[in-house]
Amino acid sequence: MQIAKLTLADLAATKRLGLFLAEQLMAGDVLALKGELGAGKSELARAIIQQMCPKETDIPSPTFTLVQTYESDSKVPLWHFDLYRLAEPDDVFELGIEEAFIEAICLIEWPERLAGCLPDRTLTIEINYDASANSGRRVTLRGNPAWQNRLSEMLPD
Amino acid sequence: MLGIESSCDETAAAIVCDDKTILANLVASQMDMHAEYGGVVPEVAARAHLDVIDQVIDGALENAGLSITQIDGVAATGGPGLIGGVLVGTVTAKAIAVARGIPYFAVNHLEGHALSGRLSDDVSFPYLLLLVSGGHTQLLAVHGAGQYERYGTTMDDAAGEAFDKGAKIMGLGYPGGPAIEKCAKDGNPKAIQLPRPLRGAAHCHFSFSGLKTAFAQRHAQLGGKSDAITDLAASLQAAIADCLADRTKQAMQRFAASHGPATLVIAGGVAANATIFAQLEKEALKAGFGISVPPGHLCTDNAAMIAWAALERREAPDKLDFAPLPRWPLDPNAAPPPGQGVRS
Repeated sequence: MQIAKLTLADLAATKRLGLFLAEQLMAGDVLALKGELGAGKSELARAIIQQMCPKETDIPSPTFTLVQTYESDSKVPLWHFDLYRLAEPDDVFELGIEEAFIEAICLIEWPERLAGCLPDRTLTIEINYDASANSGRRVTLRGNPAWQNRLSEMLPD
Repeated sequence: MLGIESSCDETAAAIVCDDKTILANLVASQMDMHAEYGGVVPEVAARAHLDVIDQVIDGALENAGLSITQIDGVAATGGPGLIGGVLVGTVTAKAIAVARGIPYFAVNHLEGHALSGRLSDDVSFPYLLLLVSGGHTQLLAVHGAGQYERYGTTMDDAAGEAFDKGAKIMGLGYPGGPAIEKCAKDGNPKAIQLPRPLRGAAHCHFSFSGLKTAFAQRHAQLGGKSDAITDLAASLQAAIADCLADRTKQAMQRFAASHGPATLVIAGGVAANATIFAQLEKEALKAGFGISVPPGHLCTDNAAMIAWAALERREAPDKLDFAPLPRWPLDPNAAPPPGQGVRS
């Protein structure tokens, strides 16, 4: 179900959304980040990782390696996937994604490549260019009622 | 020294001597393995590396005209990279080391690139390194084997990624670097205005994400008209080249202030781009630096550079309990790029 539609004015607003989400996340959470090239998926993921893992100085793009793994301050593993280069959906199991779904917080860019292997509890965040504003973005959040409860604080009335 | 590389898409094996003679340098995707494997080349799956690694090593020994008993040491990429692939190479190398009673070396993939200029060109320490590939964009002062001072790195995407994603936007295929370079030949590099992120900044870091976004927007505005594609490709290539040249110029100033001008080594797959090389060569000349680019087969992912990096510290092998490292910075004390690692 759709939880919310947000408008982000600029990159700073994308980062603020990341900080908010970071405070809500726990092991077992799966975030699917959708959007065109350049929409801001990696920036959102980077903001979440920076907030949860402040000791990490470098947060490289995972496009080349498909996944980068981190550990949060509270010792929760955080996996940042970028499935852009994935040719066959089955290849993702070689990356250990099933274990990550259970034990870690998963941020998944280009989740379309998984062809429907995402768990039902996934929070989907779709970022699109806002045609009316140059650096603006429109964000749609979709997830189950549990996500709606957890995110209720940030939702517009 | 037998070298094994399996940290990303390629499975590779090479045999290199003390005196820098490369007796064999094989990459699985370039071998004729259609008969046995139906043309399958390693990619994401660790299993794919496992399927071909023995054959690639056998092929390297055969090319070198050696038997495994004539190998004095074995080196494998121990990271950074995709952990499944790194494990395959590491376990294989350890098994050979134990069975033959020879030393084992866990080599940092980035160090392989960093020292490749000494394998091809006898570049002496210290030198300035620009490492540009699909996964990395870094500027480092190389003081010696194992002694790296990172001047700058990318704050988001690598330069090769900017090429790959730009090519994807234009529908030019993968890998994007060669596709864009070819297409750009007929285009006007000044036709499309694109940003040059961080140009003139006092530090030596890179950023390509904003360029990618701007490029996607320009492409959408032009509606992907075929006559615009060559101009788009040329303009994107020019923007990436400008960014690399500007940041490298900054790094040459910093390097020269402590060590005087020396050699600029460009390593990694993107070094093969002629426009980028020409622009960096111009900047190096102005700064009084020499320039060295290893040949293509030593710039893209290969195992000869892994064997050579091990030979650079042949007296200091690794223990067999070495565990592969998915991330492994060359300079563990490097300052973070601005805006990162800081809680806001």
